[in-house]
Amino acid sequence: MSRNILRVTDIKKSFGGVEALKGVSLEIGAGEIHCLAGENGCGKSTLIKIVSGFYEADAGSIELNGQRFSRLSPSDAIAKGVQVIYQDFSVFPNLTVMENLSLNMELMDKRTFVSYPRMRRIAKEAVAKIGFDVDLDERVENLSIADKQLIAVCRALLYDAKLVIMDEPTTALTKKEVKALFGVIKNLQSQGIATLFVSHKLDEVFEISERFTILRNGENVVTGSTSDLDSKKFAYYMTGREFSEESYEPVSISEKAILSVRGLTLKNGYADIRFDLHGGEILGITGLLGSGRTELVQSLFGIYRPDSGTLEVEGKPVTIRSVKDAIALGIGYVPSDRLTEGLFLAQSIERNAVISSLEKLSSIGGFLDERKILDQVASWISELSIATSDAGRPVKTLSGGNQQKVVLARWLANNLKVLILNGPTVGVDIGSKYDIHALLRKLAAGGLAIVVISDDLPEILACCNRVIVMRDGSIVEELRAAETTESRLGEIATGVA
Amino acid sequence: MIDTKRLVRRTEPYILAAIFLLSLLIQARSGQFFTGNNLVDLTRSMVVPALFAIGAQMVIISGGIDVSFTAIASLAMYMTTRILLPGDYSGNVIIAYAMAAGFGLLMGALNGVLIAYFRFPTLVVTLGTSSLFVGIMQGVFAAHELPVPQSMREHGQAFLFSVHNAKLGLSSEMPVTILILLGMVVLVFFLMRYTMLGRGIFAIGGDEVSAQRAGFDVFGTKLFIYSLVGVMAGIAGIARASMMQNCHPTNLNGMELTVIAAVVLGGTRVSGGLGTLTGAMLGVALMTIMSNSLILIGVPTYWQKVFTGAIIIIGTGVSAWQVNASQRHLATRRPAALVAAGMGKPNGKAE
Repeated sequence: MSRNILRVTDIKKSFGGVEALKGVSLEIGAGEIHCLAGENGCGKSTLIKIVSGFYEADAGSIELNGQRFSRLSPSDAIAKGVQVIYQDFSVFPNLTVMENLSLNMELMDKRTFVSYPRMRRIAKEAVAKIGFDVDLDERVENLSIADKQLIAVCRALLYDAKLVIMDEPTTALTKKEVKALFGVIKNLQSQGIATLFVSHKLDEVFEISERFTILRNGENVVTGSTSDLDSKKFAYYMTGREFSEESYEPVSISEKAILSVRGLTLKNGYADIRFDLHGGEILGITGLLGSGRTELVQSLFGIYRPDSGTLEVEGKPVTIRSVKDAIALGIGYVPSDRLTEGLFLAQSIERNAVISSLEKLSSIGGFLDERKILDQVASWISELSIATSDAGRPVKTLSGGNQQKVVLARWLANNLKVLILNGPTVGVDIGSKYDIHALLRKLAAGGLAIVVISDDLPEILACCNRVIVMRDGSIVEELRAAETTESRLGEIATGVA
Repeated sequence: MIDTKRLVRRTEPYILAAIFLLSLLIQARSGQFFTGNNLVDLTRSMVVPALFAIGAQMVIISGGIDVSFTAIASLAMYMTTRILLPGDYSGNVIIAYAMAAGFGLLMGALNGVLIAYFRFPTLVVTLGTSSLFVGIMQGVFAAHELPVPQSMREHGQAFLFSVHNAKLGLSSEMPVTILILLGMVVLVFFLMRYTMLGRGIFAIGGDEVSAQRAGFDVFGTKLFIYSLVGVMAGIAGIARASMMQNCHPTNLNGMELTVIAAVVLGGTRVSGGLGTLTGAMLGVALMTIMSNSLILIGVPTYWQKVFTGAIIIIGTGVSAWQVNASQRHLATRRPAALVAAGMGKPNGKAE
């Protein structure tokens, strides 16, 4: 049995009366790839901060590479080879790659003067560790997120790391970049470096980790080998709830198409798009990044005007020139990036929920009716199970899943005919994800026509009754969800088939 | 080999081009721009704003903004003159500089403490201290115009060389204070580029939280920056009073805006993290040409403000466009990460 690089036992930590960790244990072997999973608030971040010495545990023991610590400081952890890469990477966007890689070391060596040749040497050494080919003189702000992440990894490796901890590293990466990152993690493994990988995405847990630990509410739920895991068990461990998701079959479909698209074309976006959408249906649109799917739905919502083609809403031809037109026609859009496009983060939950239905909630003089607003907000909070005790708090205090529900509430408050969702469960915890899927089914059953764009193929298959696959701006195939599989969809999207 | 792609992204070439164009235009219309005497006059006018610009730029790079340096300069200059005047001080002018620098240090440190320790927003703090210092001068000291003591008079009259314009019968002298400016430029250049303190200023301007996590002394660095700005403002004040041969308590007011505009024009990013001394100095040069030399082509003073405003808008517009353009090319870039994982050749073809 290989030696454990990390062994924490029965860790307890409270913050002012709130128990974040109630007795958590974790064991990682040398060179092991281990996944730490759990819903938001389960204690994963706290555990990481304790393991890296940033927080001090109230009780429990920490053993790093065989050495026991009663009190662990950040420098102790670093000396023992523990390196943490946070979600924001802690890079300096305005400085060059070379400086980003070497400044920490220069600071640790307590240098007063800067030697550029020395910094370049340090930087070259850092990138060589994983064979990262990058222009050392480029400013980091001009690099992609995946590159920034690798810079953070290289920097961490400068300190003779034995355990690299990555906090939700794949959130902002495309599928290809995720594969590349996994390649790097495997490379680390071949150098004897263990990786602790925080994630809540099942497919990632399967693909890369050997062992996993799941936390819930500050306690261990299970630890085991990934080979023993499947999606049902995973969902159960994460949430304590049983889920079964069969593919969606519409209860009833409206006779007339609510939305009819013919020959829709936008230069550098998409070409000759044709499909019908009926009430009661959930249509999935998938395809690689750059396939034109986002531009297409944004045209349906009035953000881009198509160059040619026709659109009919409930049989009547329409031109959607602006978002206002789209809303007037009963089209709602939940954007892919709720943080920058969907929510007013600093504003209260209440305000965010009513922002699109203000006309309905005001009196003749244009004054807002407080009573109506409170009622509407309260009803949506209960309808959508939004986990909050106070709707006056800023919406940024909610978890991703609940934030998404607020965006939904905002749209559902109007009389919608068509609801378009772009990546509805990205960054959303597993419990909320199933809630949102259940909600979409309920809405469709009520007659709403829904379009879902997603990269999450299992989600598409579970939620939608029909799927459109786009590639390079055109619709390549239209299928019934019940008649296809994940791998088939993937093949069509990449053009391998 | 000049990396033309990188060159296009930098602002300095554009400012240089603007300066050349403007100079040629003025030369063409008046024949008087490229005369020795005009150039010396321009340099002379640049000394004080350039000294201010060096400090202002450091603050902006660190992610803040300081509008109090002219108030600090005026008060430091005034207090020093008040002290040295009764005895008509005739010793070494270094003493005058040292005194003003000392006063400036105290005032700058006040800014530093409020900003670094209490974390008050920089614009608000420096607007407040600016008012405070002006108030002290006009209220407490009931300041009025003063002559300067002998050593400052002589210092202001001293020159390195003189240039004579036969056509107009004018001669201009290159003031000794240019050496102070050059010294400051060299010092700050070295500081910003070759010391960890300087790199720390850039780091803080780039991402303050990361700087903290990396181990930079954010508090100490900020305190240093604002204190240094105060010291330089004091020095600039004495240079000003010496060259003008008189100590006027309020005629520096308003210069802070043109200095900051010059710094931004020169490519320093308002949000912090980026900026070069070369750019800042070019920006000051451009602004000085506009205020001094437009008159040579008969542009009346009130039009100068229109010109200046237009150039500022165009200049910052170019800067913003460059930032947008560089972000746009991100979408087509192949992440180096994929190459590292062996997923595609560097020439752009996927496997």
